[in-house]
Amino acid sequence: MEKQLETIKTAAKSEIESAISRQVLEALRVKYLGKKGELTSILKQMGSLSPKERPIMGALANEVRGFIGDILDEKMKLLAKDEQIEKLKSEAIDVTIPGNTKKLGSLHPLTVVLDEVKEIFLGMGFQIATGPEVEWDYYNFEALNIPKDHPARDTQDTFYITENMLLRTQTSPVQIRVMENTKPPIRIIAPGRVYRADTVDATHSPLFHQVEGLVVDKGISMSVLKGSLMQFAKRLYGNDTKIRLRPHHFPFTEPSCEMDVSCFICGGKGCSMCKNEGWIEILGAGMVHPKVLENGGIDPNIYSGYAFGVGLERLTLFKYSINDLRLFFENDLRFLSQF
Amino acid sequence: MLLSEKWLKDYTDPCVSQKEFIDAMTMSGSKVEGYKKEGAELSNIVVGKILSLIHHNNSEHLWICEVDAGEKGVLQIVTGAQNLKVGDYVPVALDNSVVFGGKEIKKGVLRGVESFGMLCSLTELGLSVHDFPYALGDGIFVLGDDCDKTLGLDIKEAIGLLDTVTEFEITPNRPDCLSVLGLAREAAATFNKPIKYPHFDIKNKSGDINELLSVKIKSPEKCCRYCAAIVKNARVEPSPLWLRERLRASGVRPINNIVDITNFVMLEMGQPMHAFDYRLVKDASIVVRNAALNENITTLDGIERQLDGSILVIADSEKPVAVAGVMGGEYSGVMDDTTTLIFESACFNGSSVRKTSKKLGLRTESSSRFEKGLDREICDKALLRALSLIEQLNAGDIVGGIIDCYPTKKEPTVIPLNHEWVNSFLGIELSVDEHIKILEKLEFKIKNGNIYVPSFREDVTHQADISEEIARFYGYQNIPDLELTGVADGRLTVEQAFEKTLTDLMTAFGAFEIVTYSFFSPKAYDKILLPPHSEKRNSVTISNPLGEDTSIMRTTALPSLLDALSRNYNNRNKEAFLFELSALYKPNGKDELPEETEALVAGMYGENADFYTLKGIIEELFNKIGIRKVGFEALTNNPSYHPGRTAQVFIDNEFSGVIGEIHPDVLNNYEIDVKCFVFELCFEKLLKNAVKNRIYKPLPKFPAATRDLALVCDINTPASKLSDIIKYAVGDWLESIKLFDVYKGQQVPDDKKSVAFSLTLRANDRTLTDEQADYAVQNALKELEKNGITLRV
Repeated sequence: MEKQLETIKTAAKSEIESAISRQVLEALRVKYLGKKGELTSILKQMGSLSPKERPIMGALANEVRGFIGDILDEKMKLLAKDEQIEKLKSEAIDVTIPGNTKKLGSLHPLTVVLDEVKEIFLGMGFQIATGPEVEWDYYNFEALNIPKDHPARDTQDTFYITENMLLRTQTSPVQIRVMENTKPPIRIIAPGRVYRADTVDATHSPLFHQVEGLVVDKGISMSVLKGSLMQFAKRLYGNDTKIRLRPHHFPFTEPSCEMDVSCFICGGKGCSMCKNEGWIEILGAGMVHPKVLENGGIDPNIYSGYAFGVGLERLTLFKYSINDLRLFFENDLRFLSQF
Repeated sequence: MLLSEKWLKDYTDPCVSQKEFIDAMTMSGSKVEGYKKEGAELSNIVVGKILSLIHHNNSEHLWICEVDAGEKGVLQIVTGAQNLKVGDYVPVALDNSVVFGGKEIKKGVLRGVESFGMLCSLTELGLSVHDFPYALGDGIFVLGDDCDKTLGLDIKEAIGLLDTVTEFEITPNRPDCLSVLGLAREAAATFNKPIKYPHFDIKNKSGDINELLSVKIKSPEKCCRYCAAIVKNARVEPSPLWLRERLRASGVRPINNIVDITNFVMLEMGQPMHAFDYRLVKDASIVVRNAALNENITTLDGIERQLDGSILVIADSEKPVAVAGVMGGEYSGVMDDTTTLIFESACFNGSSVRKTSKKLGLRTESSSRFEKGLDREICDKALLRALSLIEQLNAGDIVGGIIDCYPTKKEPTVIPLNHEWVNSFLGIELSVDEHIKILEKLEFKIKNGNIYVPSFREDVTHQADISEEIARFYGYQNIPDLELTGVADGRLTVEQAFEKTLTDLMTAFGAFEIVTYSFFSPKAYDKILLPPHSEKRNSVTISNPLGEDTSIMRTTALPSLLDALSRNYNNRNKEAFLFELSALYKPNGKDELPEETEALVAGMYGENADFYTLKGIIEELFNKIGIRKVGFEALTNNPSYHPGRTAQVFIDNEFSGVIGEIHPDVLNNYEIDVKCFVFELCFEKLLKNAVKNRIYKPLPKFPAATRDLALVCDINTPASKLSDIIKYAVGDWLESIKLFDVYKGQQVPDDKKSVAFSLTLRANDRTLTDEQADYAVQNALKELEKNGITLRV
């Protein structure tokens, strides 16, 4: 009997190992381990053994059963794996065929850059203020130190609605509105549309966007203005950016300046972008004129402030090397989809 | 403002290179726009002398000259000019030279005769007869005695074409810098050099002006000072070279010595001058007064101008002879036969000149200077300067004395010297001595702790203005930078954050943001077929628009959106999906500012565009921003939209917008040949109804039951009616209801349609049994039947 068991074990092993499919394996399982299988029929002979032999043979038979079961399972796994490999192979696809995209839209480049500007100033603790586009002459001019018949009005050809109502030519009137409604400390930027009677060409548009900035607090000096502008420039154009403040004139700031940044194309060596000057003019700024603070209801003997104004179109033109401002307002998808 | 280097050096010499000059001037506040060297492109042109002149054998009009060009040798040159004679000194463009316009000259053969260069006319040197009045316009330039005739000398040197001209951008607060002296003052301060002022001495004069002329100012508020002088026996002739050179470099064309002197003084000192012919000032009486109504004058440009009481004129005893500060009269100006002339040097009120100039549509060099407000202290000095030039040029005999009517003198502005305030305002530390040093070099006087502002600096009125002067010369680049300190709360308002959410979501749906003009033509309303009496036509109107196209502020963004769609369609973009958060303006009368609102508008055309796609976007957008209670109702009478494919959008039963297909007539107006689908939603309604604080809803604990219902109803019954009834009848257990099929056709009667819904029912406190679910559905069916809606069998 012991011999029979050995024979079965050897035969089963060889048959199982050479099996080529899972069906064959299933048949072998029935053949050896089934109710009518070879092992079962041997076990049926157990009755003829002596009580002393029975447990020994029983153990041996179980061992053989276990052994056959194990190698069957193992072979089964192996074959399953092979089959899977075959199946996966047959499922291969051409991964170079383009994907089925779900097209996303995009924000207008002016919005993209404005968001960046907002992000920078929010990080510096600024809030975002707004004001009306159809404004009173008072807020747009007079409160900003530009009385009627001031020559500075010539540089900003204004669209009027009535004698006293106009389309704001700058975002600066928001300065006055914010000062009227807020006690210092004030830290705001005010982005928005502004209007000037300029005929449309590659660098002019009767409607464009500015971002105004205003900080009013105790101890705000030109030196703080310079530090803030530096921070803005570095965050917008990178840490290597240098700034240069040049004296300039705005009626509502004194001292006033224009800020140039080192050319972000050539780094200041001179190229066509910066017209070989190495510098690109980015914004106007200055210390809020004490009279303007007074017009906003703030005591210039206690508080001081700085203000700046950036042209959003200008920033965006530079950022993407766009050479024609009209593209912003034509809204052609071939342009819009690039951002 | 063009500044001649030669002229500048008459008063101060910065002793630096041109590059250093423009950089330092820019940084001290006089911004340089650019510069050019006169005659920069001319090369290899020298002075030559005609030695001989013979006719060319093969040509009647050509001459063969021998020209002595000094060390360049004696050259044979063929010329077509007819104005030459032996002994003339002429500009000779040698072989390989460049004349004005970049044209290269090489030796060549003319009709068989070799020519080793070219003789030049003024044009070929980039000049005109205004620069050399004795030269012929259409012949070779024969050098006069005012030129250096050294043979072989570079022509630029010989005729004084060597200046460097720097162009400055002068800001409106600094009219004093619209003059050579003003800029010389800035340059001297910038480079710490001394400045030498021109002389005003007159050696010979005779008679007394008061016996020849009277001046009366009747409007002292518009004319604070009027100075006049008289020159007799005027000898009108061309000005000398040095004067012509300076005018040319400043962009002013030389005319004759008298006119040139007035221009010279204006450029040098910034004071506009005028000269009258004494004969034509009736009764030798000058009256500065407002014009009378219906008075008129023909100005120097030959145009007759209607005047009125707001316009200040210079008049004689009878009539206006000049529009004050703007332009002289044609009739009373200096003419070739003028013998006695009156020089005017006055100070007119800036805003009055500005108004006049605007009213007459006449802007002159003089008016644009007066507008900015000029120094009243300079009138008499400018007059004396003009007289001294008359004497220097021997252009006439000066009558003794000047008339100086100065009714409104102005005390100098005094500002306390407060260097500590200035230091802290700028964030610098500079000693009081340094402050004084800077101010003094700008000609501010310091006395007893006070700063006396010079009369030419009317822009300086406040401590802050003083700080700018200090900053400019301390150097903006030397101011340290200091970080903004202190705690501040930088964040978006709810509204701003919501705008951002909306625009981000729209891009996620595949839409591209556009930026459109917020003004357009009133015709835009016609294009979208807005009825003639529609309230929406009532728009904020620009009184001085550039053109009709941008003349009113929009009350609807539909035309702007359709314009953008049309542009894309006509640029052959196959499909488009665009959106904008558009500003709208609703008039509020003339005493109130308009109401400014926003609309979220979107439009699409192309293969994937249809009503339900766009509606699905609204629904998902609302879902994302947490707007629930949404309703859509057919809208049949909006003329911009298709009457059968348009809905009004309701949020919480409030009208909040429109969605639909654009009416074919409107599409036609925009030259779009495909269907367009558009929605316009009111931003405020979205903001108001969007969920502000989301609250977590527990995940369901009990399983759901689903039931599908195919219902038959009238073909015109809106599907929403069916779903509303089901929602009402099933109540809280209805977790969701989804329409999955609409059928019209053979299997239902002609006037009916079948609408199929899938219902998900769930209770939050138990597992629904089949019986319970069926019961709920039966309830719904009963309600539906009451409305004539039956289960499809």
